[in-house]
Amino acid sequence: MLFIITIFLMATANRLRNYVKLVMVQGFLLFALAIVQLNEITVSNLVWIAIETLLFKSIAVPVFLFRLINRNKITREAEPFLPHFASLAITVVIVAGMYVLISAVNDEGIGKLFFVTSMSAILFGLYFICSRRKLLSHLIGYMVIENGVFILTLAVGNHMPFLVNLGVLLDIFASVLLLGFFAGKIGDVFKSTDVDSLTTLKD
Amino acid sequence: MQYFTLDSLSILMMAVLAIVLLPVLIHSIIYFHDFKAPKGQKAIYYTALFVLTAALALGYMSNQIAMTWVLTEVTTLAAGMLIYHHREELALEAVWKYVFVCAISVTFIFIGILFWSLALYRCGSSDLSYANLMAYSDKMDPFWLKMGYIFIFCGYTAKMGLFPMFTAGIDAKDNAPGPAAAMLSSVLVNLGFVGIFRTYAVVAGSSSAQWGRILMIVTAVLTLFIATTYMVKICNYKRMLAYSSIEHSAIVILGLCFGKVGIIFAILHLLMHTLVKGGLFLHYNQLVKVYGTKMMDKMGGYLQLNPFGAIVLLLGLFSITAIPPSGMFMSELGIFNAMIESGCWWLVVIVALFLTVLIWAICKSIIQVIFLPLKPEVAAELKAPHLSPLRSVSQLILFGLAIYIGYACPDCITQLINDVASLIY
Repeated sequence: MLFIITIFLMATANRLRNYVKLVMVQGFLLFALAIVQLNEITVSNLVWIAIETLLFKSIAVPVFLFRLINRNKITREAEPFLPHFASLAITVVIVAGMYVLISAVNDEGIGKLFFVTSMSAILFGLYFICSRRKLLSHLIGYMVIENGVFILTLAVGNHMPFLVNLGVLLDIFASVLLLGFFAGKIGDVFKSTDVDSLTTLKD
Repeated sequence: MQYFTLDSLSILMMAVLAIVLLPVLIHSIIYFHDFKAPKGQKAIYYTALFVLTAALALGYMSNQIAMTWVLTEVTTLAAGMLIYHHREELALEAVWKYVFVCAISVTFIFIGILFWSLALYRCGSSDLSYANLMAYSDKMDPFWLKMGYIFIFCGYTAKMGLFPMFTAGIDAKDNAPGPAAAMLSSVLVNLGFVGIFRTYAVVAGSSSAQWGRILMIVTAVLTLFIATTYMVKICNYKRMLAYSSIEHSAIVILGLCFGKVGIIFAILHLLMHTLVKGGLFLHYNQLVKVYGTKMMDKMGGYLQLNPFGAIVLLLGLFSITAIPPSGMFMSELGIFNAMIESGCWWLVVIVALFLTVLIWAICKSIIQVIFLPLKPEVAAELKAPHLSPLRSVSQLILFGLAIYIGYACPDCITQLINDVASLIY
């Protein structure tokens, strides 16, 4: 539930640092959720997941993003394409729509709340990527999608720990190795991290 | 091995991978001879090439949905390194876009896998191998099966070059060095196909089969539409080939939807496309060597400048546009036949319309390169070096193989393709 609130906050916040802070909060929430939810899996597995969510999602990545912001002297405004009110409205529509959809499916096996949260996070992440101009906010949108997927894995995690581990690997692999590295490079080469400068490639 | 089996589909894909890899390696050596690069870059290039090959080979063989997914992710990494070879702004932009879109598509595949695992768990099984999924396909909840398939299909479109996620691949192929682009638009497309085919086999066995077919037909038609619209104005040789890859992927996906005959010809089409498209991308560096650009409106008179190469390029043009004697003519005819037999003649009309425009667009550009005299202002500055005909031999062999498979398909290959089709029917 708290997770949804962070999404709403993200829709209205307009400084990059605030986004990163919110991603950090999401990481802590996921850690708590993982500890509560995954009570049937082996201890070693649980430790591994806890370390990933705590150290990686909520500490390492945000710190890394903060450093990136400082190093590239990115302006603090996030420059969304749409006004905040529209953003908020769209987020509400996403969450409400998901709730209606899941209620319509009326499925018992998976926690309704889990499902609504994760699907809204995934959709919101996509919307976030489309609506913000900064490359860094694309990264953050991607992190939100990852977090949404992580919640989804938690929902099925008890009987398939194998999949949770895979999800964790996906997080680590995609978010740091690739996105972080290239965001750094792009900042150096283009001197500005707007998508507007990435329009040379076309037909 | 627990996660890998060598079935008929993987044998076919491995065979074309091996056939394409050899000329790619030869041309990589020639490429580094022509365009000097520092040692470190060269090392990264070859490492990435082999990591890509290994991931592709394992991905073809994987019998487990999650394993295919992991290997798809590995190919993204390797392809990213290959695209970034030039270390310049354009390459960086292409890599960024490619990696970002692929990361999202891989996440989509993962979501799809989660949905399927959920549906499977309800039936009391947790084994995510394709064989087990197919065995349970009828018992799984159709809603989750469909949701999962949408995500998985959407994710793999980034690799295969279909409607929603095709954009990344275009820029990637445009910026990667010629031999690497040959890999990206031939054998990497095949990995996307393997992913889609194996998951489609699960859907085709369930009650949602018809729904799956409609989804794929709509995607394929949209893809063809996009390829056609972009192709009309194109003058960059590499982008033209990239869009033509998209077009052929769409035809292959269409073939999958129309019965056993359709599947057989779709796979045949894919095999030949791999060979021909690989050959055409390998020819790219010869064009650049002669003209110093990849823009086709600054080319012309290729027949005089590099006679043997021009003839090979002309053969490539016939092969890729499926004009006889191209082998692809046979497979496209087969797919159209399958469509008409299942009563979808209107679809044939639409597809044929798109294909006509596409063929016109490709022919216009390449014939201009080969036959039209150079513009005087370009000709004055051009100092085209003499190229050894030996450089074009590998492409001639690839095109020749495609024609051979199309018209006199050896029994062993027919047998293998039949085996693949019987996975579904």
